[in-house]
Order: sequence, then C-alpha cells, then structure tokens
Amino acid sequence: MERVPILKLGDILIVSIQIDLDDQSVLALQEDLADMVVSSGARGVIIDITAVEIVDSFIGRMLSTIAAMTRMLDAETVVVGMRPAVAITLVELGLSLGGVRTALNLEKGVAMLEHVRGAAG
Amino acid sequence: MSGPQELPIVTNGDVVLVRQQVRSLAAEIGLSLVEQTKIVTAASELARNALVHAGGGRVLIQVLEGGRRPGLRLVFSDEGPGIPDVDQALTEGWSTAGGLGLGLSGSRRLVDEFDLVSAPGEGTRVTVTKWAR
Repeated sequence: MERVPILKLGDILIVSIQIDLDDQSVLALQEDLADMVVSSGARGVIIDITAVEIVDSFIGRMLSTIAAMTRMLDAETVVVGMRPAVAITLVELGLSLGGVRTALNLEKGVAMLEHVRGAAG
Repeated sequence: MSGPQELPIVTNGDVVLVRQQVRSLAAEIGLSLVEQTKIVTAASELARNALVHAGGGRVLIQVLEGGRRPGLRLVFSDEGPGIPDVDQALTEGWSTAGGLGLGLSGSRRLVDEFDLVSAPGEGTRVTVTKWAR
C-alpha cells in the first residue's frame, strides 16, 4: 500500500493525490488526515485530484467522509482540480459529492478557504 | 491487437491493475476521454464488487473488432454467494456491504450494454460493453 503525503502550509493541509489509489490507501489517507488536522490545528484541508483519472463510488465516498470528518474537527475541506471527464462520470454514476466544497484549482481552493474563514470569523 | 485476456481480482492491488489495463485498451481502440473514464470507473466498481461480495473473482477483457465500431467488453465473474434478487440489487441505493449502493446501478449507467447473471450459490457474472462513438 502506498501512502499519500500530507503537506502543511500555514494552517492549511494540502494533499495532492499522485498515485493510483487502492482502497487501503484511501482508508489510510482518511485516518492520517484526521490525525494531522488535530495535531497541527489546521483550519483548512485542500485535496488536489488533478492527477486522479477516475473517482469511483469508493473514492467519492472518501471525499465526502473527509469533508464531514474535518468539519467536525473545525477544518473545512476543499477538493480541487477535478477533471471534466471525472465530473461527467461522477454525475452519471449517481454521486453528487454532497457536502464537499470544490474549486477549480489550488489557488481558488485557498481563496475559498480564506473566504469561508473570513465569513465565520 | 491483443486477444482476450483474463486478470485475477484477489487483492485491492488487482482492482488497480484491472483499471490500468482497461484504461490502456480503451485508449488503444479510440474511446474518447469521457468514454474511457466511464468504462474504467465501471470496471473499478465491478472489480470491487467481486472482491467485497465474493472474496475475489476475475475479469475477461475483450477487444471487439470487425463491427462498424470497435468496442471493449469486460466479463466479471466470481464463485461467491450470488445475488438472490437481481432486480433489487440493481436498484439505486440498495447495498448489502454498507456502501452507497451505486456499484451495480451506477455501472450500468456508465456503459452501453449491461448483463447480469446470478443465482444464490452459483456466483455472479456481469458483462459490460462500451462501443467507440
């Protein structure tokens, strides 16, 4: 199983998925992120899926779970970089990723987190 | 082009290998990027189904040539417990493994042809086909 690295930039955690995710790596990422949100006190998480060629129901559920989980730990999650073909496929599969914030790219994702925090703070 | 090939589905890593092989053949026969993504996503769902519900299985991957358009056919089979009520299993939101229940119903929407044969104690065979446009 490969582990997805988690980077910290200020109070944001950045995860860029560059591997072909198997189910074990997906579960490991959820746990690693929960631990790291708490230990680092991060207020935002960005998951970059630019390099992800497919999002099936398992990976889609992971994104929803991470968003819900980090929200409980006082951090917002934004998923960035979804490919158009992935978006089309997800909708047809029946997954709308409810509760998951998305932005087109990393820059917009960071701006979205700042906006969310500005509105909350 | 290559003949039919069979891949085992026994571990999580095998699911990834099935996805990669399907992607590579789908690109080779000229499916568009969206069509490739759909068939690979369906393959991922069905491979995981075989792994989770039947403890493993296999997939036969066939390139269909000679017709008006090329196509890709995937036959997933396992010797698991089988599906007692196929109609129910194809209903969106129906899940026995605690998932979202999108595996079968969702995969069916992602492909051009979908056939499911199963009976209790006799395993499950799902055949899906995607044609190039």
